[in-house]
Amino acid sequence: MTAAPFIRIENLRKVFRVSGRELVAVQEVTLDIREGELVSIVGPSGCGKSTILSILAGLLPADGGSFEIGTPESPFTPGRDIGMVFQKALLLKWRTILDNVLLPAEILGLPRRESRERARDLLQMVGLDGFTDAYPQQLSGGMQQRASIARALVHDPKLILMDEPFGALDALTREKMNLELLRIWRESRKTILFVTHGIQEAVFLGSQVAVMTAGPARMADQFRIELPEPRHLDVKTTEAFGAYARRIYGLLGLD
Amino acid sequence: MGRYRSYLYAFLAHVAFVLLWHFAVVWSGVPKFIMPTPLDALRELFEPHYNWGTHIWVTTLEVFGGFTLAAVVGVAMAVLFVWLPGANAALMPLLVTLNMIPKVAMAPLFVIWLGFGIVPNMVIAFTICFFPIVLTTYRGLMEVEPELINLVRSVRANRWQIFTKIQLPGSLPYLFSGMKVAAVLAVAGAIVGEFIASDRGLGNFLLIQQNMLNTGAMVMALILITLIGTALYGLVLLLEWVFVTRKEVAR
Repeated sequence: MTAAPFIRIENLRKVFRVSGRELVAVQEVTLDIREGELVSIVGPSGCGKSTILSILAGLLPADGGSFEIGTPESPFTPGRDIGMVFQKALLLKWRTILDNVLLPAEILGLPRRESRERARDLLQMVGLDGFTDAYPQQLSGGMQQRASIARALVHDPKLILMDEPFGALDALTREKMNLELLRIWRESRKTILFVTHGIQEAVFLGSQVAVMTAGPARMADQFRIELPEPRHLDVKTTEAFGAYARRIYGLLGLD
Repeated sequence: MGRYRSYLYAFLAHVAFVLLWHFAVVWSGVPKFIMPTPLDALRELFEPHYNWGTHIWVTTLEVFGGFTLAAVVGVAMAVLFVWLPGANAALMPLLVTLNMIPKVAMAPLFVIWLGFGIVPNMVIAFTICFFPIVLTTYRGLMEVEPELINLVRSVRANRWQIFTKIQLPGSLPYLFSGMKVAAVLAVAGAIVGEFIASDRGLGNFLLIQQNMLNTGAMVMALILITLIGTALYGLVLLLEWVFVTRKEVAR
């Protein structure tokens, strides 16, 4: 049985006006995402990947096309059901890790005690249970990013938007965080949109990949990634993985 | 270097400075009315007819009063500028222009407007240390990661929440750096005020003793002024430690 998609993006278009000139940031983006899916959006810098996230988060209006989030069985509340993770962890350095994780819950006015309990559980899930009372500067870059993932989950949103979350980490930490993210995704069963310019990362993480090209910014292709689940790092050495990666390199004109 | 070792070094440097002063005066044979030794200066403190207590109290009041006023008005104005970009566009350049007026040169006017005594000197201290506080606090309030604003706006944070949870605490390190600059200026402002229009305070005392070539009392007054400034600076450091450093230093 095929359920209705959780997110339906249809011909989305966004134009910025920069000193009198029109700059197409996003066009021809059409994408269906099922609930609980992890979808990678991959492309070079300036192809409008982040703009798509901003539109879905309700931070920017679209200039054309449409998008819908939610199904009758799983309704979506704008301004409530969004969690965001960026390249920088963006933790408040005067707050402890626990209090940082609680920020969205505080803003939404969620009950304190339950939120604290949930934040503690989440910190345990991301492997930071010993650091609830630490301050951000005491944590490594990878650990800070784990905390910011816990923060994105604390208000139990239905959709997590990630904008190159591991882009600032070193290669090894990044591999480790990819595995962690897959585990967190399986445990939390969230729908995740993962923006990256890492082709390997996009294939390794995504159940579906959308490929964007720059100049003009548009969506070049989208396809499902059929790799054995749960995914381990050795999947990267398989023929199938290589074929997906080559397909993306080709779309981006890198072959 | 360990923390206690660096404290020890700092303390030793202060002691060495005083010793150097003492022996430089003794060995060079400079007459006492040109440059007294630290002990000569200290001896003046026990002259009851100098009324040290009153002078110290008056100057302290001017310095701390002017500084506190500047901190309160400065922060309020920075907040206003952040909340009303129109006010910022109009008033910030005006403030920069007004700041170019040498506040010291306004002292004679303050005497005409506010009379003689503590209040005009407090006002001079205020005007001289108000600007760095406005400027640094405003910058701190504006210094927010745009992505962090996006993050909280995605859960519909309102302006007040963004202000109290992100902007205001984020501006504290900036506010304190402004206050440290201001603390030094406040002392200078109050003393210049006393030079021009006052019948009390350490600045006034300094001038009176100058007429009598009482260098020892003058140096003692200078030391006391420095101590008042140091106390204010120390208070700012203490507050900074409580509100900022404590949370940002790994333990």
